[in-house]
Amino acid sequence: MALLTCHDLALGYEGQQIVQGLNFSVKAGDYLCIIGENGSGKTTLMKTLLGLQAPLGGKVLTGDGLRHSEIGYLPQQTLVQRDFPASVWEIVLSGCGGRTGLRPFYNKDEKALAKRNIEKMGLAKLTRRCYRELSGGQQQRVLLARALCATRKMILLDEPVAGLDPKAMNELYELILSLNREDGITVVMITHDIEAALRCADHILHIGREVFFGTKDEYLQSAFAQSFLKGGEGNG
Amino acid sequence: MAELFDKLSLYLQYPFVRYALIVGVLIALCSSLLGVTLVLKRFSFIGDGLSHVAFGAMAVGAVVGLTNEMPLVLAVTVISAVLLLRTGQNTRIKGDAAVAMISVGALAIGYLLMNLFSKSSNLSGDVCSTLFGSTSILTLSQAEVWLCVALSVLVAAVFVFFYNKIFSVTFDEAFARATGIRAGLYNLLIAIVTAVIIVLAMNLVGSLLISALVIFPALSAMRVFKNFKAVTVCSALFSVTCALIGLLTAILAGTPVGSTIVAVDILGFLIFCLIGRVKGGIKA
Repeated sequence: MALLTCHDLALGYEGQQIVQGLNFSVKAGDYLCIIGENGSGKTTLMKTLLGLQAPLGGKVLTGDGLRHSEIGYLPQQTLVQRDFPASVWEIVLSGCGGRTGLRPFYNKDEKALAKRNIEKMGLAKLTRRCYRELSGGQQQRVLLARALCATRKMILLDEPVAGLDPKAMNELYELILSLNREDGITVVMITHDIEAALRCADHILHIGREVFFGTKDEYLQSAFAQSFLKGGEGNG
Repeated sequence: MAELFDKLSLYLQYPFVRYALIVGVLIALCSSLLGVTLVLKRFSFIGDGLSHVAFGAMAVGAVVGLTNEMPLVLAVTVISAVLLLRTGQNTRIKGDAAVAMISVGALAIGYLLMNLFSKSSNLSGDVCSTLFGSTSILTLSQAEVWLCVALSVLVAAVFVFFYNKIFSVTFDEAFARATGIRAGLYNLLIAIVTAVIIVLAMNLVGSLLISALVIFPALSAMRVFKNFKAVTVCSALFSVTCALIGLLTAILAGTPVGSTIVAVDILGFLIFCLIGRVKGGIKA
């Protein structure tokens, strides 16, 4: 049984269809990269997977005891967050918000969980610092720690390395990879960086006019991937 | 100086002065609590917009001849607040434009109605006092004070109880929603509480100056503090202090209450800017 299954999914907004006939599944421990051109519906897909947006058709099914609210999420940064006066501690702790239900405050376990995740992301020294004063890479690690507070099973990342310098980028990729390999957390990541996708992921979902879903090796052998890779080289 | 204190203690013997102080402090407290969230959500102008809606509703109430306009004004304002804050990012008319549209629209219609149908002989005086608050805070009845106390306590309680959820929803609505926090519900709550505060605050500073009560404490606190809790606490203290100083000054010097409070807020903001600058300078 897969953690997440998409069955004949059609995506879009305001009645305009962007993608249709999406069929894929994510099993526990997978590392799936979603690639595709700008505007091909990657972020819309992610929002649909999270239940933030209803699909135009088809179904998103969760399995293996995964509840929708147990998916950790690393969104693209919003304008609001850039100058938000909040400490690292406050932000990471807010990842536990889905667990509290109607209880107004966080309990000991949740605080301990936040502390563990801060340490895991190597942010222990920055716990009391203000979020907006951190570097881009540090900010992403804070949001990753927050996502880990919301899940033990699966994280969805929406272009996590956008705007980072190469060093911070590689560090973040390593961190995500270690979460996948060592902690067994299922990773679904949107990325433009096809090289990193081929290095880290074991499954690839390519969306656009045509859709490909399969393992990395299958993807590399498909003619369609090769044209995309060539096209990428030609442009870049 | 002693003379001033004598004058003050004389004034404080009048119940209406005490009422004004109590209500003023409570309103300042509530508006500053919500202010932090509203400013961060880029809704600084919602106070302005909603207060104009309240003005319009008040005008309609006056024209229809209601003796107690409060329920109508409150209902209309709450509905507008819900509509405005609900829109979010995926609407045709963006947040700021929607606020501006409703704000001027309600102001114009309100004034038009008052002009066409008013039985009062001092129309411009009426309008001016609704817009700038004038003296109505000094003419509160005991019942109004109790209503205000009850609503303020409710607002503060809601804020404390849902503090962590409000933080999550303000910082990152998509994440909050994805992890099972009912963001829609909390946005609705924020909208309703905002409307209640604005209707309350109209007595204090009037329609035109309400934004000041919402914005200045939050912005001042953000100059100096860098985590959400400190900013919230500081903005509450800032707002209460400024309201007290403003009210006392207005009573002693006979200046208009609303604009005096706002003037003190501006002064406070400048001081906090300076503190922030100095603090930042030391660190750098």
